[in-house]
Order: sequence, then structure tokens, then C-alpha cells
Amino acid sequence: MTVAAIRDLLQGEVLTGESLLDIEVETAVASDAMSAVLAAPRPKALLITGLTNIQSVRTALIAYMSAIVYVRGARPNAATIQLASDRQLVLLATPLGMFDSCGILHSHGVKGAI
Amino acid sequence: MSEELLRRTFEVRGRDFENAGETSAEVTSVLKDIGVDPDIILRVGVVTFEAEMNVVMYAEQATLSFVLRDDEITIEVTDQGPGIPDLELAMQPGYSTATDEMRERGFGYGLGLPNIKKNSDAFVLESEVGKGTRVCSSIRLNVDG
Repeated sequence: MTVAAIRDLLQGEVLTGESLLDIEVETAVASDAMSAVLAAPRPKALLITGLTNIQSVRTALIAYMSAIVYVRGARPNAATIQLASDRQLVLLATPLGMFDSCGILHSHGVKGAI
Repeated sequence: MSEELLRRTFEVRGRDFENAGETSAEVTSVLKDIGVDPDIILRVGVVTFEAEMNVVMYAEQATLSFVLRDDEITIEVTDQGPGIPDLELAMQPGYSTATDEMRERGFGYGLGLPNIKKNSDAFVLESEVGKGTRVCSSIRLNVDG
């Protein structure tokens, strides 16, 4: 599934990475605990989180993830978006909660990465 | 004999959540530039990031040294902090003394030290209560033989 399709399914907004929406994502991990993400890093996976600080982006970059979806309408600050932009990481924001976001993506074929 | 190719030293400040992770970003960037295997970079990234976060959450400050040799990478972090009273307990996945504030920042779930160990080929953890903690992680490079 492309990141563009994920944006559409989750009624999301692209915060940065508009030119990268054709990236394919097959797996996802959902957590607010970054060490849990780093415990089983899955390159090219999608990170679904409510954590908006700069460590969310740093975690995704270290784990070679493709994109982050921030749930519950949460938004990172400008410096965090800038870091993602500089490193070509797509950031999306959705008004949906984590459970619904995961359910929708799973029902459309995205598999758990952990 | 293994040959030292690169050595960098970084200072990490306790409570500095905004800059936490910059050292790991710099270290992994250096490794990418010289063409190190991405799987190795991922492991180095996890080790340095988790070690930085431990310093930021618990210690006053620390020195992180990164040494690249022709056959291995070593990351050593020595902090001035409260120390760890029970090392065995600290290594148990899920055990943590973190505060709610730390968890709200995405860390402090008792996975940092286990993540460092898991990504290390050799791992040393030493601590003295009231003085500080030393973590040393070595990651072998994929060298033939």
C-alpha cells in the first residue's frame, strides 16, 4: 500500500514528504514507546504513534522506517518536521485514534511489524 | 592486530531531551558516509540512541566515545549519575525506575539496556552507586575470516 493510500484511508494530512507518497509500505508498528520500536526494528515499516517529540523522528530514522502517522490529531513542532523533511521521512497526521488507525490499515492488508 | 580508523568523543548532557539523539544521528551519518553495512549502522544507531536516552533521563552528564576499527565498532558511555544498585534487575526487560514524565517522552519502559545488549557482540555494564555507570558495547564488522 502506498503512503498516499494510507493518508486517504486515515483522513490524514501530509506534514512533510509530499513528493514521497508513492513509497510502498507493507508493515507497521504502533507504539508510544520508542524503545519498543527499536527492540524489533523493521526497515521500511510505518510508525503509528501519538508521541510527537523529536525522538519519534530520530527513532524512525535509526530504524530506516518510511513514514510516521501521528494519531489523535497530535502534531510535532516545526523543528521535528524540519528534521523529517531534511532526511526524507514522510510525516502524516490523522484525527483518528491509534486503535482505529491500526484497525483500518490492518483490514486493508498492512501487517504488524513486531 | 586491529587498526583504529576513527575515534570521536561526544558530551551528553542530562535532562537535555531536545538534543537527545543528536550523537547517534552524527555517528550513524559518519558510518553511512564511509559505506558501512546498513545492518551494522542500525545496530550502532540503536545502541548509541538508547545509551544517550539513558544519560538524558538519569545522569548529570556523560562522555560517549565511538571508535571504529577495521574489525569492530566500540561505543563506550561513562556517566556521572546515581549509578545502578542492582545490575541484574536493570537488565530485566520491562524493569524501569523511570518517571511518568520520562515515559511521556517515549522512553523509560525498561527496554534500553536490553536493547543495547541485544545489538552488541560484547557488552559490559558497570556501575557504582552515587558515582556513575559505564556501558561498553562492541559490534563486530563483517570481515571475512
